[in-house]
Amino acid sequence: MGHFTEEDKATITSLWGKVNVEDAGGETLGRLLVVYPWTQRFFDSFGNLSSASAIMGNPKVKAHGKKVLTSLGDAIKNLDDLKGTFAQLSELHCDKLHVDPENFRLLGNVLVTVLAIRFGKEFTPEVQASWQKMVAGVASALSSRYH
Amino acid sequence: MGHFTEEDKATITSLWGKVNVEDAGGETLGRLLVVYPWTQRFFDSFGNLSSASAIMGNPKVKAHGKKVLTSLGDAIKNLDDLKGTFAQLSELHCDKLHVDPENFRLLGNVLVTVLAICFGKEFTPEVQASWQKMVAGVASALSSRYH
Repeated sequence: MGHFTEEDKATITSLWGKVNVEDAGGETLGRLLVVYPWTQRFFDSFGNLSSASAIMGNPKVKAHGKKVLTSLGDAIKNLDDLKGTFAQLSELHCDKLHVDPENFRLLGNVLVTVLAIRFGKEFTPEVQASWQKMVAGVASALSSRYH
Repeated sequence: MGHFTEEDKATITSLWGKVNVEDAGGETLGRLLVVYPWTQRFFDSFGNLSSASAIMGNPKVKAHGKKVLTSLGDAIKNLDDLKGTFAQLSELHCDKLHVDPENFRLLGNVLVTVLAICFGKEFTPEVQASWQKMVAGVASALSSRYH
């Protein structure tokens, strides 16, 4: 797992401060379900996921996406202990939800894309580098309690 | 490897028609080297890669990035036979260049980010889905001759 420099932390925190977690959450989870359709299997109870527009407009997708990114926001305050921050969620995703850890990497990459769309040129190579470390760290932390 | 629907092909081709291959090439390869610094090891002869701005401004990076994306543009005309299109390049990357195939996936994801920055909201979930299939197909085709 990557070590976050002070610069990484400042970059990550600064960008996150400008993110609307509700909008970005729905966009991120929605895009995961559209771009990687097999991930829909974890959300059977969410109702209509029959098309891209159904998915992107689905209120349960938006609500759950907001929940996921709110959790990410908490992690951003604890970048030096992602494993500790995500310990319980890691156990949950393994023992109860049975989510393949590869999906955490996919979600992380989708989030990076959503940030790129949102911030455009402001999402410079250096900013992308810090965020790529962030999502890799989160994916790793979420996988850490798997057995 | 994903099967490209007629819609995928139209989406991919249409977006590609608006891409400045020279700019996008430099941006994509540059970002790969900044975001995933270990990839710099394949480009020892490129001169100054000592900082993000050095990398992004390096003329050899730009030239080689353009070469890589030009090749991708050729593949877009042959989406039904990516393996055939990339057969020789696959052998080259394995036998001569010794590039770990994981790096093809990384480059593909960087390209998706660059397109997201360039096209913003126009890079809709459906467009992203087609392009994610595209880069996955290219990565797979480039790995196909590895032994």
